[in-house]
Amino acid sequence: MILDSKSPHGPLEEKWSKHIFDAKLVNPANKRKFDVIVVGTGLAGASAAASLAELGYNVKAFCFQDSPRRAHSIAAQGGINAAKNYQNDGDSVFRLFYDTIKGGDYRSRESNVYRLAEVSLNIIDQCVAQGVPFAREYGGLLANRSFGGAQVSRTFYARGQTGQQLLLGAYSALSRQVTNGKVQMFPRTEMLDLVMVDGHARGIITRNLITGKIESHSAHAVLLCTGGYGNVFYLSTNAMGCNTTAAWRAHKHGAFFANPCFTQIHPTCIPVSGDHQSKLTLMSESLRNDGRVWVPKEKGDKRSPKDIPEAERDYFLERRYPSFGNLVPRDVASRNAKYVCDEGRGVGATGLAVYLDFKDAIKRDGKDTIESKYGNLFDMYKQITGENPYETPMRIYPAVHYTMGGLWVDYNLMTTIPGLYSLGECNFSDHGANRLGASALMQGLADGYFVIPYAIGDYLATRSYDKIPTDHPSFKQSEERVRDQISKLLSINGSSTVDQIHRELGKVMWDYCGMSRTAEGLQQARGKIKEIKERFWSDVKVLGTNEELNMSLEKAGRVADFIELGALMIEDALNRKESCGGHFREEYQTEEGEALRDDENHTYVAAWEYQGDESNETLHKEQLEFENVKLTQRSYK
Amino acid sequence: MDFTLKIWRQKDAGSKGSFNTYSVKDISSDMSFLEMLDELNEDLIKDGESPVHFDHDCREGICGTCSMYINGRAHGPQKAITTCQLHMRSFKDGDTITIEPWRAKPFPVIRDLVVDRSAFDRIIQAGGYVSVSTGGVPDANEIPIPTSIANEAMDAASCIGCGACVAACKNASAMLFVSAKVSHLALLPQGKVEATSRAENMIAQMDKEGFGLCTNTGACSAECPKEISLTHIARMNREYFNAKQTSNNIPDKEEVHEG
Ligand SMILES: Cc1cc2nc3c(=O)[nH]c(=O)nc-3n(C[C@H](O)[C@H](O)[C@H](O)COP(=O)(O)OP(=O)(O)OC[C@H]3O[C@@H](n4cnc5c(N)ncnc54)[C@H](O)[C@@H]3O)c2cc1C
Ligand code: SF4
Ligand code: FES
Repeated sequence: MILDSKSPHGPLEEKWSKHIFDAKLVNPANKRKFDVIVVGTGLAGASAAASLAELGYNVKAFCFQDSPRRAHSIAAQGGINAAKNYQNDGDSVFRLFYDTIKGGDYRSRESNVYRLAEVSLNIIDQCVAQGVPFAREYGGLLANRSFGGAQVSRTFYARGQTGQQLLLGAYSALSRQVTNGKVQMFPRTEMLDLVMVDGHARGIITRNLITGKIESHSAHAVLLCTGGYGNVFYLSTNAMGCNTTAAWRAHKHGAFFANPCFTQIHPTCIPVSGDHQSKLTLMSESLRNDGRVWVPKEKGDKRSPKDIPEAERDYFLERRYPSFGNLVPRDVASRNAKYVCDEGRGVGATGLAVYLDFKDAIKRDGKDTIESKYGNLFDMYKQITGENPYETPMRIYPAVHYTMGGLWVDYNLMTTIPGLYSLGECNFSDHGANRLGASALMQGLADGYFVIPYAIGDYLATRSYDKIPTDHPSFKQSEERVRDQISKLLSINGSSTVDQIHRELGKVMWDYCGMSRTAEGLQQARGKIKEIKERFWSDVKVLGTNEELNMSLEKAGRVADFIELGALMIEDALNRKESCGGHFREEYQTEEGEALRDDENHTYVAAWEYQGDESNETLHKEQLEFENVKLTQRSYK
Repeated sequence: MDFTLKIWRQKDAGSKGSFNTYSVKDISSDMSFLEMLDELNEDLIKDGESPVHFDHDCREGICGTCSMYINGRAHGPQKAITTCQLHMRSFKDGDTITIEPWRAKPFPVIRDLVVDRSAFDRIIQAGGYVSVSTGGVPDANEIPIPTSIANEAMDAASCIGCGACVAACKNASAMLFVSAKVSHLALLPQGKVEATSRAENMIAQMDKEGFGLCTNTGACSAECPKEISLTHIARMNREYFNAKQTSNNIPDKEEVHEG
């Protein structure tokens, strides 16, 4: 099978407008004859559901939280990029495009990324019109900051709560359509299977998380906006409920999974404090604008940081990367923190942490300035660690944060299953092997507000209005499959809790498929995951019944899918015999220890097709063509 | 650290609940409150007992999902934080800790510590938005907004919809939550246009959901993890008063047509 990205031909700047013009349209009066299912109501899903409903489609939207306002998007802190060039500092659509392609280490598709940069302009307008209270300058115009090492100030923000404000904006638009009767909202409802009829996605099977009722929902198209799978590592900065279940179960029906091993490890998180740790907390990367990262020069130096004189400190990022210093991209910063800890120079009780020190910034700008910029983050740090970062340096360590991989989609955001779309972090599309800070929010909203409304029309215009009744055999079979799995989970009654097994999986993934990877390690991990899977299905203990709120049962289903996805990530990491972005294979590095790409053999998207067993999937390659940028070695020296 | 926990257990909305007592041992002071409950649940499951159900997701104080009444206080003993941000170092070794769900009629218990807060969603659906659709909006910098206004709007918009204000109020009033949204949007030029009808519709829905009256005791704001200020209630009352003065006297478009 040849993977057709359906990217339009012609000059980069004209692709999207030409595509919009060429796309088939559904007549306004006929839109109401089409039903669309939107699974997930984070930034991507809420914006899509609202926008499609405004156009006239009938939307059914689903989320597992008790309200769409609680999706994981709410936790994004730092900001959202847009090429507005309000600061007159040389930003442009092309520059944002270029930065994203380069930051992604040349493993994303030019046409999609350019479109993302293009519609970034509209996103900010839309959010302001909804009442999103972005930060402003004294003159009343919007403020920007530079973020994650960008050379221009293009990041819009709402204090340290940008994701919250953007999500509440999308949630308000969604709520308005609920009132208008165009969106039917199903909170506390989890999608457990996709329903296919004649090779097209035609519905989903859900479980009502309060009553356990298994239900069928039929539609003309299905959108998966179910977020990322960082929790395959057990510990991550993701919310506890983030999972891969919807995407993975669609994968089993034929949706290819692309670049699963591309995960982002964020450099500035609060370190693990003990075995009880349930999740990790991100400290916004904006802290690196003023904080300096260091460790003691000597191994095993256990002195308190204030007793270590300047001359005995190693500001390792500033030393190795004089031009970018503490602002090198995330993957580079994370890997370097790992190196110094591996050398035995890590700090804190576990030795798995580096300092992020604000002493010089406070001396330079005063405590008040630092407090006004980062006060809420400092408070959060203090709350969690019991230490005061105004007086003693923060301790930070990298943690899993974001997954660039996801369901393969074409230029229309359609997966390899006709009628099944994937938006937001759930798809693989725009960030290549490494995502730039403040670009996930942008992508989620671009997909939902400005891409899917056009893209879906092009498909639906070719489809009949006929509805498929939910007593159709395809629905019944899927319901059966879901019920069987639940009964199986409840009947094993072994001796390991779901969390225990999830922790073990996470440890294997972190040790062998985390910040750096080797063929040997990955091969070992393959065996370990196989064992974990066997143990899960023979020894897991899930109490209670289906017909009640049963959080262990919910988790069990998600962990079962994580185990299989983990196995595929291992295969993908083994297959990619190069280092790029967040994927670092120790065998492939430059003499200076930087990631070494192999453009000749690996300039492709790895899209995996399920064949009945996740350790034996078929690889399809989408070759990436670069017509507008030259592939260079990333250098932040 | 060791603790005795008195936890509200209730099988489902229809059952009667009661307190159960548990003891937990060797708890690290670095643990979060929810991690302490995770440990308890792991032990319960191993003993074949049903784990304590509680709502949570982000575990960093922003999603508004966690919701526990701890030792008689919404979100526990510390000011300006959510339950998930509470750490065991805030307690003393040997303490007895009482944990209950939010108690308010409009938030019925679903199971154990989990309650149904969908009434909040319905209040937002009644008008907590600006009526703009995707596309066709002006450039974001077209309307300058003074920083003081933007900041005040942001303060109000910080509400996480957790419901602690309702749980803390002896009348189970939702005024702080509703006023935060009304105020956020009324302050901004984009939201001003619909400010009066918004206040009116959201308050009507609030009443319909069975939330109680506001008697200005301020327990809501004192227990609010985001320290949402009582001034928003005053601002909403102003909008509401305007609404009563104006829109009640102006017939709707439809009525004009029918007439
Ligand atoms: C701590 C943190 C900070 C971040 N900061 C930034 C930042 O500053 N800037 C930036 O650009 N990005 C940031 N990111 C990344 C960004 O927040 C996410 O990538 C983005 O919000 C994902 O949005 P989404 O809509 O794709 O998914 P989500 O917001 O994760 O939403 C997923 C939705 O799917 C639903 N769902 C999932 N599975 C199912 C199922 N089986 N059935 C039904 N519903 C389901 C959920 O209920 C939810 O509604 C941050 C991420 C983290 C973890
Ligand atoms: S006003 Fe405060 S207490 Fe009430 S819902 Fe909002 S954040 Fe929670
Ligand atoms: S779990 Fe999100 S606020 Fe507590």
